Amino acid sequence: MGEQLLQLLLTGLTLGSIYSIIALTLVTTFNVTGILNLAQGEFVVIGALIAVSLQGTGMPMAVVFLVSVILVGILGGLLERLTINRARGASSLGMLIITIGLSISLRGLALLIWGTDTYSLPAFSQGGSIMIGGAALNPQSIWIFALVAVTLAGLYGFFEHTFWGKAVKASVYNQTGARLQGINLNTISLLAFVSAGGLGAAAGVSIGPITMVTYDMGFMLGVKGFVAAAIGGLSNVGGAVIGGILLGILESFSSGLISSGLKDAISIIILLGVLLIRPEGIIGAIRERKI
Amino acid sequence: MKNMSKGLKRRLGLALLLVISLLISACSPTKEADVKSTTASANEPYKIGAVLDISGNSSSLGVPERDTLLMMVEKLNSEGGINGHPVDLTIMDNKSDETESVLAAKTLIEKGSLAILGASSSGTSMAMIKTVESEKVPMISLAAASSIVEPTSDRKWVFKTAQSDIVMISKIISYLKKNDLNKIAFLYMNNSYGDNGKKAITAAVKDSGISIVAEEKFDANDKDMTPQLSKVKASEAQVVIVWAIPPSASILTKNFKDVGLTIPLIHSHGVGNQKFIELAQGAADGTLLPIGKLSVAQQITDADPQKKVLESYIADYVKKYNSEPNSFGGYAWDAFNLLVSALEKAGPDREAIRGELEKTQGFVGISGVFNMSPEDHNGLKEDSAVLVKVDQGKWKLIE
Repeated sequence: MGEQLLQLLLTGLTLGSIYSIIALTLVTTFNVTGILNLAQGEFVVIGALIAVSLQGTGMPMAVVFLVSVILVGILGGLLERLTINRARGASSLGMLIITIGLSISLRGLALLIWGTDTYSLPAFSQGGSIMIGGAALNPQSIWIFALVAVTLAGLYGFFEHTFWGKAVKASVYNQTGARLQGINLNTISLLAFVSAGGLGAAAGVSIGPITMVTYDMGFMLGVKGFVAAAIGGLSNVGGAVIGGILLGILESFSSGLISSGLKDAISIIILLGVLLIRPEGIIGAIRERKI
Repeated sequence: MKNMSKGLKRRLGLALLLVISLLISACSPTKEADVKSTTASANEPYKIGAVLDISGNSSSLGVPERDTLLMMVEKLNSEGGINGHPVDLTIMDNKSDETESVLAAKTLIEKGSLAILGASSSGTSMAMIKTVESEKVPMISLAAASSIVEPTSDRKWVFKTAQSDIVMISKIISYLKKNDLNKIAFLYMNNSYGDNGKKAITAAVKDSGISIVAEEKFDANDKDMTPQLSKVKASEAQVVIVWAIPPSASILTKNFKDVGLTIPLIHSHGVGNQKFIELAQGAADGTLLPIGKLSVAQQITDADPQKKVLESYIADYVKKYNSEPNSFGGYAWDAFNLLVSALEKAGPDREAIRGELEKTQGFVGISGVFNMSPEDHNGLKEDSAVLVKVDQGKWKLIE
């Protein structure tokens, strides 16, 4: 029994690492632009699919990773210029609907290019699973955690220790004030989507070896990422990671100990519960902030 | 923005609403029609329809089936059609969804299809049964579950070409007995393919001295089956039997290796395509499964009545698509040719087509030799399947 519980915990961590990285990308865009980007799941999928195609040409995995991140970053920026930027001044509902449109178009594009097949990606490191006390841990999930950690550190460093990071934060708190200080909101929004695309692709290439890749998996990933982000309070990067891990562990334990059919229901019930009881997230990070 | 918390709350609420409405809209019906028609003859064309799982979870089944049907209809029409009548085949994609399947069947019937081929998987096939029964349209399913054609008293119009799960399970049971494996763990997909496999195995092990010591299910789009396998590991099972299709079957096979299970792993014929091996990335080696003879056509003896048919299908398919066909395409080949031979005798009359299908005897197809009867709308026996092992990414006949 103890071994089984440990196994469920490790599996939960693997799932949790996947949800965390997607939640993290959602939260970053949301923090910077105030837009909840529902096309984030599609960035993840397109990143992974590009990696599948590149990998087929025999490139080493590190190059595949980088090229995919850069390409999807460019795609993110391009989409921002073509849609979000043109709709500046629209309500947040309007923006949300634009991102839904983007999500549907990207899914269609992926279907046209890659078809309905399921693809697999090779793991970053060779070798089987790591045994911990009789339970197995997929080494790929360590890579995903590493990506989560690097992203967290990068975001922290950027927001707290660079001029641009502070500029971004300022423009979120008070757009008019930031503009008066000479901060170019236009550039910041572009930057946010480029990094959302790049981070999404990084997430996609990293989770691909575990989840396999199909053109239409972005939506469910987006939903899970959104639930994780909402648990964490939607604007807190640390909260997003904790929310993702909590969600993964809950899913793993409920499917291992109760019934596998309940898994998706549980994440939606948690989302409803959090939104009804503690809309500020269980971490409670969203406080009134004054400048 | 003075009160950020309030704005956020509102935005969160909106986002939730949208996510829910998207979830709903993702399930709502849309259709993708793929129409092939011909102008080869002045004779009235025979309209037939097919409903296949071309996209979605079961696309690894539906795509080769579609390709096979397109190839067959092209060939048939270029050779002059059925008694001079060209065949007008409409293929619809049900996106692996039950509701879409029913809608597609209704559309085809309204358009005057004489018979319907499909669907690719058990759930989508079961969904169409009520419609074809009440509209009195012959349907030939390409899926495994025996409940698609049983009981035949309620399935007057429904036939199927894939070997029933019961056929495959008796193949597996004889293997277990031969190797003295009595304690099994049974893992299955949480859909009608898996449920029917479970029903069939529960019935088959009764009074056989074999007991099911662990029983677990998982969803078609699950990404990790380690929780279920951890339970199997804790049990005293001597062998694991899995009733699923890729990609989940492949993920499970990978997880099986990862958690360090070393007991034999037996899959169902639902994994009978190269995609399963590809997606499992090497983990599939050593896996056993019962399968139709197509995948091991070169390895079976020349005395086998199916050998010729198998080789000609493979040659045609490779010539057209430059890749090997798989058993799913074979189900479509059988369904199409069964229907064509019924149409030859019956003409464009649904009732007569049904009668001819039921009278099919000694029809040598890809999945086996079909002998239909009023009590058996599948017509295949245990000899239609062979047991194979995955050996370095290839199917290897083991008997």
